[in-house]
Amino acid sequence: MSGVRWSLWVLAAFAALLGLFALQLSRPKDDTVPSTMVGKTIPAFDLPAATAQNPGLSSADLTNGQPHLLNVFASWCVPCAAEAPQLAELQREGAPLVGVAVRDQADDLAAFYQQYGDPFSRVGADKVSQLQFLIGSSGVPEIYVVDGHGVIRHQHIGMVRPEDIPDLLSRLKGARG
Amino acid sequence: MRWFVALVLAVAAPAIAQDTMPPAPYAYQQLANPQLEAKAEGLMGTLRCLTCQGQSIADSDASMAGDMRSEIRQRIAAGESPEHIRQWLIGRYGEYISYKPQVTRTTWPLFVVPVLLLLLAVLIAARRLRRRA
Repeated sequence: MSGVRWSLWVLAAFAALLGLFALQLSRPKDDTVPSTMVGKTIPAFDLPAATAQNPGLSSADLTNGQPHLLNVFASWCVPCAAEAPQLAELQREGAPLVGVAVRDQADDLAAFYQQYGDPFSRVGADKVSQLQFLIGSSGVPEIYVVDGHGVIRHQHIGMVRPEDIPDLLSRLKGARG
Repeated sequence: MRWFVALVLAVAAPAIAQDTMPPAPYAYQQLANPQLEAKAEGLMGTLRCLTCQGQSIADSDASMAGDMRSEIRQRIAAGESPEHIRQWLIGRYGEYISYKPQVTRTTWPLFVVPVLLLLLAVLIAARRLRRRA
């Protein structure tokens, strides 16, 4: 008798486990690695200019009281080219854009700007991913909303799609307060 | 169709992430001091590669993993301890970056449940053996 009750319990536990598996397998996989630096101040850094076209980028440029959109990108990254029209749109809307070019050559970047445009006021060269490690960035492209005191308010992983523009603009506005 | 496109993009992403920069100074070069190199390798084997996932940075040829190896070797050479560097990285990428399991508010059941199951098994076995005797 008690043996039957035991096996019923085991069966129920097994069914519950299967249910859990089914639930988790039906959820879309999220393999992004979010930064845990969101809400924290960007540590001090000073990156040289990536091309002759724009000056370099340092932490002082991000603590001038004005919020910024900080785009982590590279000329060798295909989604970075695909998001160029959206960045141009953000620039037209008055968003102050600064960039960090990851593992990039000046010539390649110049050609990239020629083809896809250059919406940035400053672009720092991150030759060995140092700035990426500082801000918890795990790839390209990523765009960060940084407030006027250099605090990261938001991280957007992956390319900026047209539908992301209103969200980024409102977060940038929110970072003014 | 949308699922298919999403799948293709997910599979294609790592293949197109290629840059032409030479590797960072200590990405493939060991430290001259074998003791320091051993320390660095111990740490590198237990850190997750961020762009490949499922591989440690010691195993990966991704350029970002190379950059992280270089960063770690330089920090070790400058006298930083491996655990300090691990904590520094966890402060940026969360526990996810470390392969070394730690007891935290979310992971404690992983350590407690096996002990409970073992106790349960001993209890059941003891009861059965007593009944048989």
